[in-house]
Amino acid sequence: MGTEVEYGISVAGQPQANPMVASSQVVNAYASSTLKARRARWDFEEESPLRDARGFDMSRQVADPSQLTDEDLGLANVILTNGARLYVDHAHPEFSCPEVTNPLDAVRWDKAGEQVMLDASRAAARLPGNPQIHLYKNNTDNKGVSYGAHENYLMRRSTAFADIVKHLTPFFVSRQVFAGAGRVGIGQERPKHGFQISQRADFFEVEVGLETTLKRPIINTRDEPHADPEKYRRLHVILGDANLAEVSTYLKVGSTSLVLAMIEDGYITRDLSVDGPVSALRAVSHDPTLKTLITLKDGRKLTGVQLQMEYLDLAKKFVEERYGSDADHQTKDVLERWESVLDRLERDPMECATELDWVAKYKLLLGYRDRDGLEWDDPKLHLIDLQYADIRPEKGLYHRLVRAGRIERLLTDDLIEKAMHDPPTDTRAYFRGRCLEKYSENVAAASWDSVIFDLPGRESLQRVPTIDPLRGTKKHVGGLLDSSDTAMDLFNRLTGS
Amino acid sequence: MAQEQKQPKKSSETEEAVETAPETDVNERKEALDSDVDDILDEIDDVLETNAEDFVKSFIQKGGQ
Repeated sequence: MGTEVEYGISVAGQPQANPMVASSQVVNAYASSTLKARRARWDFEEESPLRDARGFDMSRQVADPSQLTDEDLGLANVILTNGARLYVDHAHPEFSCPEVTNPLDAVRWDKAGEQVMLDASRAAARLPGNPQIHLYKNNTDNKGVSYGAHENYLMRRSTAFADIVKHLTPFFVSRQVFAGAGRVGIGQERPKHGFQISQRADFFEVEVGLETTLKRPIINTRDEPHADPEKYRRLHVILGDANLAEVSTYLKVGSTSLVLAMIEDGYITRDLSVDGPVSALRAVSHDPTLKTLITLKDGRKLTGVQLQMEYLDLAKKFVEERYGSDADHQTKDVLERWESVLDRLERDPMECATELDWVAKYKLLLGYRDRDGLEWDDPKLHLIDLQYADIRPEKGLYHRLVRAGRIERLLTDDLIEKAMHDPPTDTRAYFRGRCLEKYSENVAAASWDSVIFDLPGRESLQRVPTIDPLRGTKKHVGGLLDSSDTAMDLFNRLTGS
Repeated sequence: MAQEQKQPKKSSETEEAVETAPETDVNERKEALDSDVDDILDEIDDVLETNAEDFVKSFIQKGGQ
């Protein structure tokens, strides 16, 4: 699994600045200041953004130009030693995490991405003639534009896509009660006044579809596994908010992983289908008291929290039945936190102000409203919403809350700092990252499922496929990498030549 | 940071205790909570961008995924 986040970008004093240029400046500055030798380019060979999980390809002619993400437009695009991809996607700098196997690692490399972006913007500002560029980990400018924070989950190909749609949609409609990042403003363009739980909810218009930039669907069908397509699919989740709070991200990917595991297992027999999921998604988001009732297709009416409790109940039974006392520590921890958060959200959402983004932000906003008598249309409240997501520790309000001891952490700064440079050890990201770190002179290109070497004395480039996400781990290739002094050594030993 | 969490998990006993607490205690608690919120607001006042209206207006993004 892994996350990918597009950051909001603003150039100080130049609201009309070209965001693609500014994003490229950020990515290039980071590459120049950190990467030692040649810069490996991204290998697009295996990309297929128009392949639909329902079993067909969209034609390139009818696709919106923004969907053709496999075309190398010459925008900055680099691979880091931690196995991540740092590049310009549309008009935003994006950090795509290396593949990880568990929720806490997903949080760790997601947070490392924030620090990479921070270093990148500072490096850009140091270059002569460059303006100050500021980055925001949020999902909307409140003027009609939204940009994403996606999650990816590896699933078995044998899982019927219809089952994913059926059982995941109600979960996604209600997941925002703990995964929302909070937003001042309701609606897409010219938003109405008020506060809502989610940054993204108002930008979703259909239930299922391939698009990510327009007519956004709750369940995205992009079928681009970056792995053996016979065995795997990659579920591309585009619905979520970009979270700063570690607990929010942890619960978001932890609970989603558990629900997907149940769907793969065929465990869910309860039908929790929601009547009108798109409008339910928005209705839940628009009510920070969490009292709004969602109507299920079977006629039952539940709050978003109660709908989550249905999934929690299933997940507890699933883990107990399938794993019993063998369940790993993190799985148990996710279940406990999920339950604790839902219980408190049901009692009084404010009890989660030290853990969840939307509640922390809401509490701050209510404080300002009380103290200064502000209405929801006051620019100051909109400013607080934006500045909560400013990634600079001196300016970002999330960071100020952390520093004041008002936000719970799951990781140390030290662990996050290390993850800026080191890859996870238990996925193929380890092989990719270590190759970039050790043989950067000889790595011509790389992607999720390949590393391409340019070896001395060889006319053509040599492509090493990394099609299985769980191979290329430290256990698998650590010794080989340690003992291969040159890329040539490594390649010869990998190919047995 | 746990020691600064203002709303720790409550056991059911303490919750009952709060419900039956005399009015004055509740008011004191609310005052304590208000001053706690005020502290952080004062701190944040110092770092907020100076011209909120201009800043919010000029935060314009181009499309994304």
